Amino acid sequence: MTHEFSTGGRSTGGHSTDGQWALEITGLCKSYDRPAVDHLSLNIRRGELYALLGPNGAGKTTTLKMVTGLLQPDSGAISVCGIDALKSPIDAKRVMAWLPDEPLIYDKLTPLEYLEFVAGLWGITAEVAERRAHDLIALLGLKSQASERCQGLSKGMRQKVALAGALIHEPELIILDEPLTGLDAGSARQVKAVLREHVTRGVTIVMTTHILEVAERMADRIGVIANGRLISEGTLEELRAKDSQQAASLEDIFLELVSDEQVAA
Amino acid sequence: MISFASRSSASQGMTPQSLGWFARHELLLAWRDWLSMMTAGRRTRERIMIAMALLFTVGLHALAYSVLNPALKSGSSLGDKMLLVTVMGCGLLSFFMMLSQALESVTRAFYTRSDLELILSSPSPPRHVFAVRIAALTITTTAMSMMLMAPFINVAVFIDHPGWLAAYPVLVAIAMIATGIAVWLMMVLFRLIGAARTRLAAQIVAAVIGASFLIGIQVIAIFSYNNLSRLSVLQDHAFIASMPAAESSTWLPVWAATGSFPALFVVLATAAAFLVFTVWQTSKGFAQLVLSAASVSDINTSAAAGPRPFRTLSSRQALRAKEWQLLKRDPWLVSQTLMQVLYLLPPALLLWKNYGDAAGISVILAPVLVMALGQLAGGLSWLTISGEDAPELVGTAPVSAGQILWAKIEAVLAVIAAVGLPLVLIIATFAPYEAIVTAIGVGCSAASAIAIQLWFRGPAKRAHFRYRQTASRVATLAEAFSSLMWAGATALFAAGMMLGIACVMLALLVLLTAWLMS
Ligand SMILES: Nc1ncnc2c1ncn2[C@@H]1O[C@H](COP(=O)(O)OP(=O)(O)O)[C@@H](O)[C@H]1O
Ligand SMILES: [Mg+2]
Repeated sequence: MTHEFSTGGRSTGGHSTDGQWALEITGLCKSYDRPAVDHLSLNIRRGELYALLGPNGAGKTTTLKMVTGLLQPDSGAISVCGIDALKSPIDAKRVMAWLPDEPLIYDKLTPLEYLEFVAGLWGITAEVAERRAHDLIALLGLKSQASERCQGLSKGMRQKVALAGALIHEPELIILDEPLTGLDAGSARQVKAVLREHVTRGVTIVMTTHILEVAERMADRIGVIANGRLISEGTLEELRAKDSQQAASLEDIFLELVSDEQVAA
Repeated sequence: MISFASRSSASQGMTPQSLGWFARHELLLAWRDWLSMMTAGRRTRERIMIAMALLFTVGLHALAYSVLNPALKSGSSLGDKMLLVTVMGCGLLSFFMMLSQALESVTRAFYTRSDLELILSSPSPPRHVFAVRIAALTITTTAMSMMLMAPFINVAVFIDHPGWLAAYPVLVAIAMIATGIAVWLMMVLFRLIGAARTRLAAQIVAAVIGASFLIGIQVIAIFSYNNLSRLSVLQDHAFIASMPAAESSTWLPVWAATGSFPALFVVLATAAAFLVFTVWQTSKGFAQLVLSAASVSDINTSAAAGPRPFRTLSSRQALRAKEWQLLKRDPWLVSQTLMQVLYLLPPALLLWKNYGDAAGISVILAPVLVMALGQLAGGLSWLTISGEDAPELVGTAPVSAGQILWAKIEAVLAVIAAVGLPLVLIIATFAPYEAIVTAIGVGCSAASAIAIQLWFRGPAKRAHFRYRQTASRVATLAEAFSSLMWAGATALFAAGMMLGIACVMLALLVLLTAWLMS
């Protein structure tokens, strides 16, 4: 598939060269009744697909929401493509896209109108936005629904519309919360292909998933998180090497790490 | 009561108990629906709710006592036409209330897709489902008006005679007839204008029926008595004299309600026969109708116009355009707000009748406009500010929170201006000074409503618009009082009275209180 995405319509080209890290998180803390995220530090390279893995309630969503500026951290630092996300949140938001686990879109808008709205929010010119919108819609197999109101779309379709919205402003860092849950095999493959294709073009992707096979197959690096702390990080091989008992699948490693952590806690 | 044993056997399928089982399911759903509306989904509210309900019941009994005691003690008997007319009037009032409510419930019952699809896919016969659903609707309809009427019946039983207890079954009969008529209305609408348009039409008819009876009575009352009491018209002697004689069988329902067993039998039998006939006649096409209603939400209600070219928009323009588009496509939400304006007509008429000749119609129009547009501004700003369906998308856009709020406020103000300006201009053609005062009043009232919605903003689903008033009573009250005060100020200033300043102070006080409580 050869479709060109130009960088037209945005004036943030300057950021793409400075520094090696797409996302740097240092000593991030957030407490509700008890700590949800506990002195978490993460460094994610440009152009890699990073999977954040952890049991329910580990603090994955909370972490990502602080990165995207939806939640205010208690303490710590976040830097997105060299921009201090806490000091200049607007600049950081300009280069980021966030896809929540249950994306909410507008029932009364059509997918094309939704994409036009998102493009407007990110200040993208009409010609660029329209071309990208049609490309994304074709790529995600939404062509026949493009002019139908979203209220009639299935959950998977809505998720794909939201993904198209996240991609239309060509972010340098895409943050996805459980992106593949609720998708059928065909849609999951389309989404994976689109994400992979973005990674090869140098876009950075951070995603959470509970489907361990997805992390194994898709991620360049994996971070395991439990009780708000990063307990292990690395490529699949590195994780395997670190593990004493040479467990075969990531699932074994993951369960082992998490249970160790829970015993310690 | 259904035992656990019968429940487990019913859940296996078409046992004789399945009708009862369905009925229990329906009632449970109705109860939950009502509870969630009253408590706005918060558990802690349940206890407060129960306390409030008790207080309300006691209050209503006291009110009923104070109204009925003098009337019944003065020795009125059934031969008294005044009593007949009053009881009949109360019955009619209940009937219209119930009809309006039944029509709303029937509409919702048809268009609540998930639940009906599940039931229809089960091996129970659709006619069963239909019959039970209608019966349950009758019960919930009765319950609603029972809450209002029961205190009066109880007091009548207590101070007059136990025969009044028969009023309870008569209420049930009225509910049966109201529900039956609602079902027929639905069916006729379905056939005439199709499934897609029936929902909106039926809801509007329901609201208009509910409002028009009250408003009609008020308007008659105003023109005959100059006061707003709903019952005064029923006590007008000329009116009472024009009614049929006390022996006329027109009064059969009243005889039934006061304990005549033959009359009660006739009323109940007629009502039940009508409802059974309705269910029998309409249940044939029920499954088909439901499926066609269910498909409505899947298909575009308006034909897709095809993709139009994208426009280059700034973030604020994009936000405003989105809000307008959503409002345009959900006219029901906006019309719900405007429906409240109907209730403003009677007081406006009263004002006009009393002062209209001296001050000119603009003095009357001005406060109505100020109140109506204030309410509209409140509703719209709830929709745009709290009813944002994609908060995380808007929250992660490279736009500051302040700019987002401004864009939404601009969207609301533009709608208010679009509705209000033509009206103000019309006033300006014959009364320029009043027009200016009205414009200022509308501006203040709309701004106050928006401010209140801003202070009390919180994430909510747009579809929960009709619960917003129970979700924050403080905001609702503050909104109503502030627009009332601005309306008063506008009327007074328009009439050239400096007393308007007092109203302005009061409006500001309301705002201050709301701000402190937010
Ligand atoms: N708004 C909130 N209020 C209180 N506690 C919260 C809130 N959001 C999350 N938490 C708590 O923070 C912890 C982490 O939650 P979350 O980040 O959603 O986990 P994950 O996404 O990894 O499943 C959980 O223990 C959760 O109960
Ligand atoms: Mg989560």
